[in-house]
Amino acid sequence: MSVDILAIETSCDETACAVVRDGREILSNVIYTQIDMHTVFGGVVPELASRAHIDKINYVVQKALDDAGKTLEDVDAVAVTYGPGLVGALLVGVAEAKAMAWAAGKPIIGVHHIEGHISANYIEHPDLEPPYLGLIVSGGHTHLVVVEDWSKYRILGRTVDDAAGEAYDKVARAIGLGYPGGPKIDREAKKGDPNAVHFPIAHVNGSEYDFSFSGIKSAVLNYLNHAQMTGDAVDRADLAASFQKAVVDVLVEHTIRAAKNLKINRIGMAGGVASNSALRAAMQEACTREGYSLYIPSPIFCTDNAAMIGVAAYHEYMAGVRSGWDLNAVPSLRLEDR
Amino acid sequence: MKILALDSSGLVASVAIIADGILLAEYTVNYKKTHSQTLLPMLDEIARMVELDKKTIDAIAVAAGPGSFTGLRIGSATAKGLGLALQKPIIEVPTLAGIAYNLGFVKGLVCPVMDARRQQVYSGIYRFEGDRLVTVRDQTPISVTDLIAELNGMEETLTGEGVIFLGDGVPVLRSEADSTLSVPHSYAPAHLAMQRAGAVGVLACQLYAEGKYVPAEKHVPIYLRKSQAEQQRDRMKGESAGNAPAESDLISVQVEAASKVVEELRARARTEADPTGGTPDNSEFQKTEENP
Repeated sequence: MSVDILAIETSCDETACAVVRDGREILSNVIYTQIDMHTVFGGVVPELASRAHIDKINYVVQKALDDAGKTLEDVDAVAVTYGPGLVGALLVGVAEAKAMAWAAGKPIIGVHHIEGHISANYIEHPDLEPPYLGLIVSGGHTHLVVVEDWSKYRILGRTVDDAAGEAYDKVARAIGLGYPGGPKIDREAKKGDPNAVHFPIAHVNGSEYDFSFSGIKSAVLNYLNHAQMTGDAVDRADLAASFQKAVVDVLVEHTIRAAKNLKINRIGMAGGVASNSALRAAMQEACTREGYSLYIPSPIFCTDNAAMIGVAAYHEYMAGVRSGWDLNAVPSLRLEDR
Repeated sequence: MKILALDSSGLVASVAIIADGILLAEYTVNYKKTHSQTLLPMLDEIARMVELDKKTIDAIAVAAGPGSFTGLRIGSATAKGLGLALQKPIIEVPTLAGIAYNLGFVKGLVCPVMDARRQQVYSGIYRFEGDRLVTVRDQTPISVTDLIAELNGMEETLTGEGVIFLGDGVPVLRSEADSTLSVPHSYAPAHLAMQRAGAVGVLACQLYAEGKYVPAEKHVPIYLRKSQAEQQRDRMKGESAGNAPAESDLISVQVEAASKVVEELRARARTEADPTGGTPDNSEFQKTEENP
């Protein structure tokens, strides 16, 4: 007997729905991205994101069912991201998912967004099973975790200020590349010299695994200000490449250190920044050197999507986890509190 | 004919089931818990109480707006989820008409008001002709002063008709109304003064009979206001246009101004913590960000 789960994800600026079989097989995966709408504002405007979610959600859910050749009657459970994320955006998905599940007589399962990202690796890597080390990097999150068992996580480190992707957005804005920063800096950096400017790697006192990215961001802004005052020309490509190197170096350094210390030889990367070409290359190089296996989802499963939520929900479902009809959106939900 | 009715537009959460002109069940809570926590458990409770067979539901009625943006979306997403699962349409009941319908058959003007913040209320003006609700002036955001001036100058009030106020905006308007409203006026008692899904549902039955309903996927809340980011962008566009810069400059000016808007909103988010978590516009202030 297979288990089919309908999953909804609306935590930020993608309205997404998927049908997932047995936590591995994607029967459908529909994503409506609002990125063009937010680009003119230079970043995601929460109220506009929420309005777009409610406008599009039924079309997205119906298409996911149709693409999978399923009706709501056919699925075994409905899953939904309930945090972390933008509260107004999360609430649309949570209310929609609960109402659908209630009307169809199906159980509802609330899923943690980061757990979804981690689980994205199960889709294309059937051999991947816990335990392994997980690095989740996106516009809103930077987490280094040990996946001890299915649905069981131990957090080693996280950012103490900006998420890695957030630093990308801010630096991209400062050097005139615009939003979204990740792909734009990645592209620009290919034309530049990563050793042109040395930016310091930030270490967090008392923690060998935590991250800090606001220091690197400030160093870039200071560099720009200084150049402006002295009238020196700034090579945008060099600056992008040097900033990117500083971010990538610290992500790789902490991950490899954790793998060595904990004697874990499998690493799974996830989140929007996991599709960054420099990070992929640097992490692959380090893993090859150390003899570790590296798992990274395809770009479509790195950015926000509902398939990953359906995968995570499957393991919760099998463990007997069910949410109540009072399931609420929790904008600052921590992985250990889920 | 069976209708599920929902209202989460303001502080009150309310659900009801109406079958063939009979109010089978109604559940109303006026408490600080978020609608996300209350609305569906309440619906589940009354559905079990009346042994509702969900497949027999003909339509979902929802108080469609105006109201708290977040509250409206919880009601709307719930209605849309029900509509999708049951493959039934949504009856969009204007929030203020729904509130006014609590006072069916009264004589004179009925003026529901909701606190819209920024020195405004959402308000409409209605009267009853028998059991039919007639809209005298449609719902709109308006300042208390302008609303009172409007009521003082209306033909109906000049000929001696009184006004009954109701809704959660009454505390915002009461002292000014008592001192400057020149026509007889009164305030509805507590059990008739707030959003009630029973009233929304009964009014919805009339709308349904008139063919006024939409497919669930097409329903969106009636916000009556643009988001603050859009309002500020519009204002800045206006300013830029006044200076008449070159076309190519204008685009970069707009983008820059718009980024500034986002920064401002986020800066404000750090200083303006919202205690209720579900009041107008607050969802715009959730994501905080450090200024570079």
